[in-house]
Amino acid sequence: MSNGDNGLYPGLNLGAGHGDAHDQAETSVFGFWVFLMSDLIIFGILFVTYAAALDPVGLAGGPGPQALFDMRSIAIQTGLLLLGGAAYGGVSLAVKYDGGAGKVVAWLAICAGLGAGFLFFEIRDFLHQAQEGGIPQASGWLSAYWALVGLHGLHVAVGIAWIGASAAQIAVRGLDDVVKVRLSMLGVFWHFLDLVWIGIFSFVFLVPLS
Amino acid sequence: MSQPTSPIFGRLDWTVTPYTDLLHHVTSSTIVGAGAATVLVLGTLGAVALVTRMGWWGPLFRDWLTSADAKKIGIMYIVLALVMMARGIVEGFVMRAHQATALGTLSAPESGLVAPDHFAQLFSTHGTIMIFFVAMPLLIGLINFVLPQQLGARDMAFPVLNQVSLGLTAAGAALVMVSLLIGKFGTGGWTVYPPYTGIAYSPGEGVDYWLWAITISGIGSTLTGMNFAVTIFKKRAPGMHFMRMPLFCWTSLCVAIMLIYAMPALTVSSAMLMLDRYAGFHFFTNGAGGNMMNYANIFWMFGHPEVYILILPAFGVFSEISSTFSGKKLYGYTSLVIASMSIAVISFTVWLHHFFTMGQSANVNIAFGIATMIIGVPTGVKIYDWMATMWRGQVRITTPMVYLIGFFMLFVIGGLSGIILANPSIDYQVHNSTFLVAHFHNVIIPGVLYGMLAGIHYWFPKAFGFRLCETWGRRTAFLFVGGFLLTFMPLYVLGLMGMPRRSPTFQNPDFLPWMYVAGVGAVLMLCALGSLGWTFWSSWRRRADLAVPGGDPWNGGTLEWSSPAPVPAWNYPRIPDVKARDDWSAAKRGGDPWKGPDDYADIEMPANTRFGLVLAAAAFALGFAMVWHVWWMGVAALLAIVAAVMWRGMIVLEPEIVPAAEVERADRQFREWVAAAPPASRADEETPRNRGVPDITEFAG
Repeated sequence: MSNGDNGLYPGLNLGAGHGDAHDQAETSVFGFWVFLMSDLIIFGILFVTYAAALDPVGLAGGPGPQALFDMRSIAIQTGLLLLGGAAYGGVSLAVKYDGGAGKVVAWLAICAGLGAGFLFFEIRDFLHQAQEGGIPQASGWLSAYWALVGLHGLHVAVGIAWIGASAAQIAVRGLDDVVKVRLSMLGVFWHFLDLVWIGIFSFVFLVPLS
Repeated sequence: MSQPTSPIFGRLDWTVTPYTDLLHHVTSSTIVGAGAATVLVLGTLGAVALVTRMGWWGPLFRDWLTSADAKKIGIMYIVLALVMMARGIVEGFVMRAHQATALGTLSAPESGLVAPDHFAQLFSTHGTIMIFFVAMPLLIGLINFVLPQQLGARDMAFPVLNQVSLGLTAAGAALVMVSLLIGKFGTGGWTVYPPYTGIAYSPGEGVDYWLWAITISGIGSTLTGMNFAVTIFKKRAPGMHFMRMPLFCWTSLCVAIMLIYAMPALTVSSAMLMLDRYAGFHFFTNGAGGNMMNYANIFWMFGHPEVYILILPAFGVFSEISSTFSGKKLYGYTSLVIASMSIAVISFTVWLHHFFTMGQSANVNIAFGIATMIIGVPTGVKIYDWMATMWRGQVRITTPMVYLIGFFMLFVIGGLSGIILANPSIDYQVHNSTFLVAHFHNVIIPGVLYGMLAGIHYWFPKAFGFRLCETWGRRTAFLFVGGFLLTFMPLYVLGLMGMPRRSPTFQNPDFLPWMYVAGVGAVLMLCALGSLGWTFWSSWRRRADLAVPGGDPWNGGTLEWSSPAPVPAWNYPRIPDVKARDDWSAAKRGGDPWKGPDDYADIEMPANTRFGLVLAAAAFALGFAMVWHVWWMGVAALLAIVAAVMWRGMIVLEPEIVPAAEVERADRQFREWVAAAPPASRADEETPRNRGVPDITEFAG
């Protein structure tokens, strides 16, 4: 389990039993982490923009958090997304311990299903908010809200497409080294979405309602 | 902008070119505008005709545009930068010519070569081009060429991604170029501050050209930063510990980290302004909860690290050349490493000094003022280190050294005027004046431009196999130094006299003599540009005399000088086993530096791919379509990008295998040639006797 003795970064590779994939993961997965750090800056700035707009000037007389946020739906979204994140643990373990392609694809399908459920509730909320007058053109605060939460939702949609592409690659190539490395990058991405959502859940939804 | 949007052509019609303006009013301003468009059209047609006539399309496509070789990508970046620099310098000249004729009177406030709106476009494109499409491609190109060689690597960590970065940068540059012919560029300066650049005050295509060009090329630069960082962390040769890396690699690492963290801020601020302009969002509008100060903050969160992104590679170049051309080891290696990293970190804590006068409390201002002054300390450490490197060295005043010495004198002046501006209470007096214009040109030209030109001179033989002509090189350097002094020193005086920056006209006749001096300086800068072109041309004609197949024309100390010139695609026959800092120096001291490897092996190199080219074309189409509201084309281009990225994500690009026998043949040939060549002493460095095989008994580095 531990890679501490071979000079490689822990947590980024597949383990010595995976041969070339193990070495390739070293470069590719590290590069993908760096990419996500850059992505995180984008989210960070949007969080700050949201915080800066969360005052009467930013709300500009438009509908506010109390009128727009449906906490029950947000709780369901949080549950679905975090369960989806946990389900990716199944993918990682199945790859690491050679559980076979069928098992990997099954776990991937569960992740995609939970992610799609999250998106369903999120889009439903967005439509509902738009009906209430909470469109992004209504105020600076709503612009920031739509941009931040919408960008996260876009990421989830990309993640689901990526899961589909991964399943297609497994179907064509089998669970070879290339696919293993790509699955470990997808895993990092999928967990990253949970991380950002925890920030959104706390700062976007809970803070203004508290 | 009340004209209807056509579903097929968007807002494009026959009246968008500057020729329409020329037909309506024949003035010096419309003649300049139409002339620039004509130069663009004729230049493009001429280039296409030349390539066709010489039969270069095939080689251009196979060997360059589809290549994933970092060295070729680097060279293409630099070519792009030099083309854009020609436009930028000419624009600078037009602005100086305008202001030298722009003394207005109360009855006739507008005068001069170009109209005020045209002048505003000029300073906006000049700044945008010089920062994003000259300085950035120059430094990214140089790092691409040098970094893998200095690290002892074959290529970048992600060669195809590297090609994509180049493609996106070129697409952005092409958008700015196209704005000369089709439509107008924005007038909001290179920083594009809203609310002026919002849809209410800047309708039309100008600001959109800036937004799309910058967003597309900015994403390319972000990816470049990741590529550099991963290359440095993962692709160093065995034994190349961090503290053995040449200083240029260290400054590249700083640049990479800054690109990763700073470029997203630019992407976000541009994307938010796009949402404001296209979709009616209220991020930066005057009303409805918009907050334009947020733009200033986010933009400069990128913008300030950006200026150190620009300068640090130049610091890396100066570290290399001060050591090589003094025949000495670099003085204070560790302090230079610490200073570079300190600059990279502190650069993220000073952004607010770009808008001291925009309403913060005095306490906030002074915190950022102090941070700004602190960043001068590591910079000072570096200057002293380079001077100490030269101290008691056997200094040869080659072209890069002329740039270095010019840098020493001028950059310190620019740095000191920066320390003056860092004091908020002084800044209140001179902000938004030409004093500021003089200051940032005074750090960027002697810093970035001299550094990059010095680097191009220094590594040119490694890329093309022959040296650049030293006589013309030095003439170019002196012209850039003299041109800089005459152009920008008067702007300090004018700023203190109260002349605002970006001002299309002025009423104070006392300004005029200084304007004339600056105008003469601009002529010298044009001469320097011509001289630079002549350096390349005349050196190419004398390439047989200047050839240095031995690959070590300057008696250098870092790894890249151990390979032949031009360097083969694979850089090294075997990945070197690094045993010391300045490994090539150590090999020279060991006595037999050109000893070949005992055995050879197959080498895997990244194969050619059209992926970067496809993405570049699609990104350009996307930007152009969005600028002109041609929605169908925008959607098509976006779908093409998504499809291309997904296709790339699904396939595996197999590397190209160079057989061991081929490597062995080329390498043995090189080593036999070196063994037979007579070594050249330092005194012969600029003569045809310098064949790239130095006399290692002279080596003291």
